[in-house]
Amino acid sequence: MSTLVKNLVRFVILILVQVFVLDRIHLHYMVTPYLYFLFILWMPFQLGRTAQMLIAFALGFTLDSFQHNPGFHAAACVLIAYLRPFLINILIPQEGADNNYDEPSAKSMGGFMPYMLYAGVLTFVHHGWLFFLEAWQFGNFWYFIIKTLLSTAISLLLIIIVELIFSRKQQFRTNTV
Amino acid sequence: MRNIFLFIRRYFNFIFLLLLQGFCIYLIVHYNTYHNAVASGFMNEVSGKVNTWFNKIDYYFQLKKTNEQLVKDNERLRNQLKVNFASPDTTTKIVTDSIPYDTLGNHRKWLYLSAKVVFNSVSAQNNFIVLGRGLHQQLKKDDGVMDPNNGVVGIITDVSENFAVVMSLLHKDSKISAKLKNGGDAGQVTWDGKDPNRLSLIEIRKSAKVARGDTVFTSGFTPTFPYGLLIGTIDEIIPDKSTNNYIIKLKSAANFYNLQYVYAIENFQKDEINRLLENAKNKINN
Repeated sequence: MSTLVKNLVRFVILILVQVFVLDRIHLHYMVTPYLYFLFILWMPFQLGRTAQMLIAFALGFTLDSFQHNPGFHAAACVLIAYLRPFLINILIPQEGADNNYDEPSAKSMGGFMPYMLYAGVLTFVHHGWLFFLEAWQFGNFWYFIIKTLLSTAISLLLIIIVELIFSRKQQFRTNTV
Repeated sequence: MRNIFLFIRRYFNFIFLLLLQGFCIYLIVHYNTYHNAVASGFMNEVSGKVNTWFNKIDYYFQLKKTNEQLVKDNERLRNQLKVNFASPDTTTKIVTDSIPYDTLGNHRKWLYLSAKVVFNSVSAQNNFIVLGRGLHQQLKKDDGVMDPNNGVVGIITDVSENFAVVMSLLHKDSKISAKLKNGGDAGQVTWDGKDPNRLSLIEIRKSAKVARGDTVFTSGFTPTFPYGLLIGTIDEIIPDKSTNNYIIKLKSAANFYNLQYVYAIENFQKDEINRLLENAKNKINN
């Protein structure tokens, strides 16, 4: 499957899973499981930064139109798409490793821990910005902080489960840059 | 000038981020006011179609609960039938109104229209419900919505051809005029953005008699809801230290987790009342 088709399928499936499965699971009002932004975490290394932000905006806006609240998820997605290249630069093990593999994974990031750190930071930023925008109108900030922490934990758990079940085959591409 | 271009090129990504964030915040501010609840009719129709499709699956799993609700509704209505009442003495007699039913609809004030819920959310801070009935099927903007057991659900904020979007009580802009059954004090029902099925009743003075378990229903002061629809029962009473009011937490009468069928309530006298209020306002201002 070409990268484009693969990503399109991912986009549709993640949005549908988010809207029709995860949003229907009411664990607790403090915990909202989010998974759809895994699409941004899995975007190819080689994508231009402007393109990444535009695609992230499209992803967030699609989810927003299902929830009839335009703006919230789009803002959070654009922010993590902007921060993603910086994090990859810091966490990638050696020079040129992002040329050897297609997209971020435990293998291409050089181990489980760096990958989880990458996922963890982006998840935290996504949830933090999203709940901040939501809490801004209500103004109860302790509630906002606890909700961010709990939701980040549950989202990370979901990401680990998805990584274990749907292991992506990461082909080692040629070394020549 | 050259420096400006260099600056823009150097920080293009950051500027682009700020632009997109600005656009998002514009969307949030613009579309979250009460009158612009939904982005556009087109988006509404498209997501409505997908939602209807998925609701068919979801509905199947809730058939039992839906059935129970409808049976309770039937029980309530059956008990209101006139044949159930017999008067034991002959001094009072039941006189049938000469116009028992107003077939032309001249005197009708409230009309109930059933609608299927195709999408419902409770987990966001601003929750909406989508109904599979729209402009072509008589629904109008600003109609009230209640569940089969007389519990208030929300207000229709936008209608497209075949779908309608309801701002549920679980929304930051939701404000419903309410009344205590005991004592009759009136206040406003809002939502604090935390727990679904738990509402707040504000503007009740401390002199009012309130007790846990008391019923709160619609006051009928606004043209949206008729008098006496259930909103909830009192769960917790917190005295507000800074004002002379209570903050009362309610357990909502409608269960927002499993809504499947609701009734939209149309008020035929709404236009007249609104016109009158508008005139009064104009007179005061001039």
